[in-house]
Amino acid sequence: MAAKTLFEKVWEQHIVAEPAGEPTLIYIDLQLVHEVTSPQAFDGLRLAGRKLRRPERHIATVDHNVPTTSAQDRLVIVDQIAAAQVNALRKNCAEFGIEFFDVQDASQGIVHMIGPELGATKPGMTIVCGDSHTSTHGAFGALAFGIGTSEVEHVMATQTLPNSRPKTFLINVEGELPFGVTAKDIILDIIGRIGTDGATGYVIEYAGSAIRALSMEGRMTICNMSIEAGARAGMIAPDETTFAYLKGRRFSPKGEQWDAAVAHWKALPTDAGATYDRELHIDATTLAPAVTWGTSPGMTTTIGASVPTLNDAKSDADRKSYERAFEYMDLKPGTPMEEIRIDTVFLGSCTNGRIEDLRAAAAVVKGHHIATKVRAMVVPGSQAVKRQAEQEGLDLVFKTAGFEWREPGCSMCLGMNPDILQPGERCASTSNRNFEGRQGRGGRTHLVSPEMAAAAAITGHFTDIRKWKDVASTLPPTLPVEQMLVEGGSR
Amino acid sequence: MIPINVLTSTAVPLPLPNIDTDQIIPKQFLKRIERTGYGDFLFFDWRYNLDTPDHVEPNADFVLNKPEYSGSKILIAEKNFGCGSSREHAAWAINQYGFLAVIAPSFADIFFSNAGKNGIILVRLSDENVETLMQRSTANPKHVITINLEEQTVTDDQGFKASFEIDPFRKYCLLNGLDDIGLTLRHIESLDTFESKHDHDFWNAPKA
Repeated sequence: MAAKTLFEKVWEQHIVAEPAGEPTLIYIDLQLVHEVTSPQAFDGLRLAGRKLRRPERHIATVDHNVPTTSAQDRLVIVDQIAAAQVNALRKNCAEFGIEFFDVQDASQGIVHMIGPELGATKPGMTIVCGDSHTSTHGAFGALAFGIGTSEVEHVMATQTLPNSRPKTFLINVEGELPFGVTAKDIILDIIGRIGTDGATGYVIEYAGSAIRALSMEGRMTICNMSIEAGARAGMIAPDETTFAYLKGRRFSPKGEQWDAAVAHWKALPTDAGATYDRELHIDATTLAPAVTWGTSPGMTTTIGASVPTLNDAKSDADRKSYERAFEYMDLKPGTPMEEIRIDTVFLGSCTNGRIEDLRAAAAVVKGHHIATKVRAMVVPGSQAVKRQAEQEGLDLVFKTAGFEWREPGCSMCLGMNPDILQPGERCASTSNRNFEGRQGRGGRTHLVSPEMAAAAAITGHFTDIRKWKDVASTLPPTLPVEQMLVEGGSR
Repeated sequence: MIPINVLTSTAVPLPLPNIDTDQIIPKQFLKRIERTGYGDFLFFDWRYNLDTPDHVEPNADFVLNKPEYSGSKILIAEKNFGCGSSREHAAWAINQYGFLAVIAPSFADIFFSNAGKNGIILVRLSDENVETLMQRSTANPKHVITINLEEQTVTDDQGFKASFEIDPFRKYCLLNGLDDIGLTLRHIESLDTFESKHDHDFWNAPKA
């Protein structure tokens, strides 16, 4: 039998029909549903008098719109249009028989957080959602991709999607990551190299020792931002790390079925000798903490470097984009990244809102206080992450340092709820997009890792996390944690 | 979906690469549960100045606010148009504003798919050809372009002629205004057969 890639195996196991001259009809194992991209799809079904074919292959939650300020604010949403959208999902899930994790549910969270947490996301599955960051689930060796609302309706009605077969792209990251360099820095480096359309038409498979060494959290961060390189999806072969993460979760197979499932999943990784349409090899040992400077995730550099100049632009189109980005971001070309001061720090999102991200940021923050005039917030990606963090006392570390500790949701990643940047505000954000106005009209976003965001919150400007010990020793002394808590977390 | 074959119209030039769907339709309009009424919000942050949080004024410098471009049914942009978020609201906004086609060197995958579902013709031309049309429409807002889907050509009255590639099935659907779900249901027997077998594969089931 011909050697096959991970993608090819999953694709071929899901072919329903291959009509001549038409796209391949692919079976969809799981559709995740949220409030923003689903109401028109449910309406479409009703209008056409169609049923939802497989309700048990759907899971729904609310994430984009929900306020994160308090549990009470979420139950009675003040924004009437947002409230109507959340209510529409409640009603639609009840009518069509979809399991729904509502705002107060212990399993609520960003849709791409809860799929893995519940064990609904598994290796070898096909997973879709009306959200581009569905690529996250590829970290488990699933083929997972974002779709529009018409396609959401199509999957509801048929549990399939017509799809043209994408090309394959191997990105091999080999070697040990230097201290202070994270999964976020790997993916920002990749997007910086190949551009925001560098993987259009491809499914990326991330491989190599640096990827293998990552936790599931880190792998999800990488796959999450595949779409930022234009890729249809990103995938990582399942291994012992994957199985250990999934074992015992609510929707994971149990007992004998678990062993049989693992046996199937172990056959998924790319065969020796299989070939890809394109390959990129990266030496992990050369990577450094990344910071974006512009208005596209491809406009990225490293913390030791400076905002580029027009001379760095590779084409006329780039030059035009650079000029526009300098103006929008209010940055002078050539400014060292470490000199850029920030107003806001956002720690959260489906990219970096997981427990490991919060632990890493808390380790930086502990014993310090955020800089004067900086507003900083932590928005756990899910209820499960929030609970876990609180059990570990991370909430106290953040609150003591002056961070706001919020309820789970998408929050300031896209500012559909009240968490937005004001015009001109500059934000160190652990999210995935630095587009103009993404976090609020006129807001300026710099994408970084959780560690880098935490360090920027403390110093008030981008700071090289690799030198954090030295930097921290020069910071003014803070009160012992117990005393700061008594004084309400301020100094 | 309305079938479309030949489109003759003036064109709006938007000479920027990587126009993302957050620009095409900003987040605040995604809270609506309707499928219509998005045309007024197309390119909202570029199209309107925000004087106060409650008061917006059209930005006279933005191309859509220039009266000489009103009524255009074709939009011309640079590479990677429609990147970012999967929001189909971007395709709805473009369509409901009145655009029936977008010409660019390349499009992002999800937007490409969404546009097709809404009967928008996406025409991929070379950088040079897009640049030529961009310049002509910028210099002369009355410059008329014809897109012939059947023949897969773009022409103007100054001798411009370029052909474009389109997937034959996508072309067939656009020409006939076909409903996608209906097309898939032609394969219902294959689907039933596949599903009855696939349902036993518990390792692929969302809820074991």
